[in-house]
Amino acid sequence: MTGRVVVIGVGNPFRRDDGAGPAVIEALRARAPEGTVLTDSDGEPGRMLGLWRRQDAVVVVEVVHAHPGQPGRLHTLTAERAARCAVRSASTHALGLGETFALAAALDRMPGELTVHAVEGEDFGLGRGFSTAVADALPELIRHVAKAIDEAHDRLRRASTLADDRGSA
Amino acid sequence: MSHRGSRVLRLDALARVEGEAALHLAVRDGTVAEARLRIYEPPRFFEAFLVGRGHGEPPDITSRICGICPVAYQTTACQAIERACGVTVDGPLAQLRRLLYYGEWIESQTLHIHLLHAPDFLGHPSAVELAREHRAAVERGLRIKQAGNTIMEQLGGRAIHPINVRVGGFYHVPAPAELIPLAERLRRAHDDALETVRWVAGFDFPDATYDGPFLAMRDPGRYAIDSGTPAVMTAGAGSNGPAPVRALPVEEFERHVVERQVPHSTALVSELDGHHYLTGSLARYAVSGQWLHPSALDAARAAGLGDPATGAVCRNPFRSIIVRAVEVAHAVAEALRIIDAYEPPSRPYVEVPPCPATGCAATEAPRGLLYHRYAMDADGTLTLARIVPPTAQNQAAIEDDLRRQVQSRLDGPGEPPGDEELTALCERAVRNHDPCISCSAHFLDLTVKRG
Repeated sequence: MTGRVVVIGVGNPFRRDDGAGPAVIEALRARAPEGTVLTDSDGEPGRMLGLWRRQDAVVVVEVVHAHPGQPGRLHTLTAERAARCAVRSASTHALGLGETFALAAALDRMPGELTVHAVEGEDFGLGRGFSTAVADALPELIRHVAKAIDEAHDRLRRASTLADDRGSA
Repeated sequence: MSHRGSRVLRLDALARVEGEAALHLAVRDGTVAEARLRIYEPPRFFEAFLVGRGHGEPPDITSRICGICPVAYQTTACQAIERACGVTVDGPLAQLRRLLYYGEWIESQTLHIHLLHAPDFLGHPSAVELAREHRAAVERGLRIKQAGNTIMEQLGGRAIHPINVRVGGFYHVPAPAELIPLAERLRRAHDDALETVRWVAGFDFPDATYDGPFLAMRDPGRYAIDSGTPAVMTAGAGSNGPAPVRALPVEEFERHVVERQVPHSTALVSELDGHHYLTGSLARYAVSGQWLHPSALDAARAAGLGDPATGAVCRNPFRSIIVRAVEVAHAVAEALRIIDAYEPPSRPYVEVPPCPATGCAATEAPRGLLYHRYAMDADGTLTLARIVPPTAQNQAAIEDDLRRQVQSRLDGPGEPPGDEELTALCERAVRNHDPCISCSAHFLDLTVKRG
């Protein structure tokens, strides 16, 4: 089965900067290439793991805390790097995104490729709307994600062509 | 007073930001002086901003209170509004509502069992390590959870904060054929759920007893979730046998369950007739265990919970993981029964014309009894909203449980516990009750003070 490009915006649109992921998904709806699955998520691991298949290319859009921080700074994380951020969760009923990837790896359910595009957040208070730093960074983040989607489609097409060539050889 | 062993646990780098809580534990001269679950999630003012909204809006607004149990909020809100307006939703619409609610139960309880609670019993710090060693069990949990997820998507319109629920019923109801793939998934989930009961029944359980009163919905003949009347099982005095149960009519709920503010928490703390009490899985099982689906009843017996048909009660919070697993088996079996008997309603909802009245309702969210009351004027504009969620009700009981468990450890034989051991013990004690802060606690910082 051919893989898909699955783009997941993780976050809560009612917690200010945490809504950047879903906002990127909304911005891409009108311009994502055919065959792109755009979705948002609250990051709950069981649901996250159900969003992709092993042959898919997954792009996650997320907001991060960094120490020391620079709100608005963009990061591109590999799956390995994101999973390394999975320190022990102290939560009573939630797991972090890093733990979700680590869990997927432990269950051999990682997608064919996975990258995280993230922006450092500043304001996680109640309500809609972004801090100036995140609002200013959003257009660049959207461009990064759009480019990542195009590149993922290219790789999937090449892999598919290669498989077809092998099949006909 | 010395201050050592201060330990901060937090999710780093990719943290979600929905809720915040901490635990403050003070030990003086070998005695637990204080155990406070500090909920510092900012106040959210839902009750305030419901006022002035239309009587059709509470299901959509209150579903936003929680990403894990939105259906509980929607169902309770609908029932309270419908009761105020003198409308009864029954037949296939009531069955579909219950099916959706089972979907949420399956998802929520399964998540807690497999990814959050089980690691405590198997010596793993998190679900990730658990998955490496017990991959089949975690895979099984994800399959069961996915079945609940599918119910939510199919009936609710989407998995998070469902949008297909309205006062009086639904916006769209499924044709029977649409539910066939769901039934297939649920049949497998039923086998999986029974296997999970067997799995968790094999864990080692520390001795512990919650002997305060239980509060749960009661509807004779049915393991109540969205029907019946609140009922109180009196304090158990250490017994695992049945204790007297008395009805607490929902109209009298606020006379008996009194919320008060405490300085250490933004959540209100509830007392039932002046005493802490427990709501949730253990309470439901005590009050309604005899009416579980036969397959769940058998599973409960085989899992060593005693025979609920003869009134066996489980008061050990650690064993709540077995009760949750039994509840998942029950929910899956009942969901299948609803689908098998399903005939679509003639229309997706009944009209609920507004009237100047007050209505209240209570249902069983996965974490326990959830109460709503609304008052509206003649055109349906809400003039009052009251919401009492389960975790606020359980907060005092959780603190009591923490005090008792830590004290028991301090009084026990062997080396005095270090901070690390106490931290682990407290975290386990909290997780036993699956609290939902915001509803969710994403940072649980623990401070231990010794003097």
